[in-house]
Amino acid sequence: MFERFGNLNLFRISKLDIRIYCFMLDRINKAQKIMSSACKTLGRQINIMEVCGTHTVSIFRSGIRSTLPEGLRLLSGPGCPVCVTSQGYIDIILQLADRKDCIIATYGDMIRVPGKTGSLETRQAKFNVKVVLSSEDALQLAKDNPQKTIVFVAVGFETTAPATAVAVKEAATESIDNFSILGGHKLVVPAMKALLDGKNHKIDAFLCPGHVSAIIGSGAFAGIVEDFKRPCVVAGFEPLQIIEAIAEICRQLSAGTAELKSLYGAVVTEQGNTVAQKIIDECFEPADGYWRGLGKIEKSTLELKDKYGRFDAFKRFNLTETPGEELDGCRCGEVLCGLVEPSQCSLFGRSCTPLKPVGPCMVSSEGACAAWFKYGGRGHN
Amino acid sequence: MCLAIPARIVELEGDRAVVDAMGNRFRAKTTLLPKAKLGDLVLVHAGFAISMVDEEEAKKTWQLISEINEFMDTPNKVSG
Repeated sequence: MFERFGNLNLFRISKLDIRIYCFMLDRINKAQKIMSSACKTLGRQINIMEVCGTHTVSIFRSGIRSTLPEGLRLLSGPGCPVCVTSQGYIDIILQLADRKDCIIATYGDMIRVPGKTGSLETRQAKFNVKVVLSSEDALQLAKDNPQKTIVFVAVGFETTAPATAVAVKEAATESIDNFSILGGHKLVVPAMKALLDGKNHKIDAFLCPGHVSAIIGSGAFAGIVEDFKRPCVVAGFEPLQIIEAIAEICRQLSAGTAELKSLYGAVVTEQGNTVAQKIIDECFEPADGYWRGLGKIEKSTLELKDKYGRFDAFKRFNLTETPGEELDGCRCGEVLCGLVEPSQCSLFGRSCTPLKPVGPCMVSSEGACAAWFKYGGRGHN
Repeated sequence: MCLAIPARIVELEGDRAVVDAMGNRFRAKTTLLPKAKLGDLVLVHAGFAISMVDEEEAKKTWQLISEINEFMDTPNKVSG
């Protein structure tokens, strides 16, 4: 029975009731039939892109790739915040970390990303790089260290942006003037559109992120469905739900339609979290931003509004983000656009490994290269 | 980075909460989810509750998170 499902590792199956197990197999069977039929109907390769680092990890860990028909390919798109951050932004953080009057507060994900001159990790010994779990912790650092300027490395998609906005608003209310953010929050939808607009026309459909959608709502992808005629299906992180989302995409592709669907009704609504959206709008406005691999994308990054300008580290230190030069030989940019697979990069597994990463897609545990390295191309080996 | 963790609100004062996820207790804020009450299950991301979640979904996610942690701890191997 296992053979038929490749290397699929659904849950700790031994702990499951056999009836639940059979029910799950039945659903997987149905999903696989839809996938195979779509491959036959279209008679060509089908490319489905996931744009969420947590989907990438779940897909590799559970071995979903090993269950897909030959003609169906999953691409790991620009869904990992660390991976999409431009080299120029990384180099600015490192530049600020070298100043004696600053403390860099960052989520742990960013700590090992290499820039031109080492990484934040190499600077941690100087005690002015602190890992925080929340923007609130960064604000607390500012209260505790009034003689230093705190620079919060504000990266992440719409899931993380409202937390930054709350901290900025609190800093304004409580006049914590030594708090600042280096704004690097990215918006998912403009990147998906930019991919379809130029970088990769071969993407047939998107598996849309779960927790980003909890904030922006599944309705946010309507423009992609309408303007680009690509199916968009929101899914959570459970393997079965991901498989069924892929099958739903295949059903639409077979029928020649493009629809917006959400299978993650337990968490995601069409409107999303309107309170969080309002807080983002109060503090930020969309500005043109640089992405690794995708270059400059119009209105794709969040910039602090003028009324909060005094908390903007770019303004405070008179810095401008440039696209920055890609690291020598690193093909992370092409990996993020789904143009090459990690194993096609000449550094992969040789000079670039999770222990000694060259590019961000190998640094981040959510990066396509790191997942590929651990589990191989088909997953769950 | 965008993974949110289901957790139950076990203390709540204004928008400051203490939540419990898989036996771990930590601080979180309900600023983005003002309707959250004591005892509710919420998804917590980067220190903030972002969405309500039901019991069944929470259990599934806890299971997945424990497995992803195992994934992260797996020794690296060259393949692909």
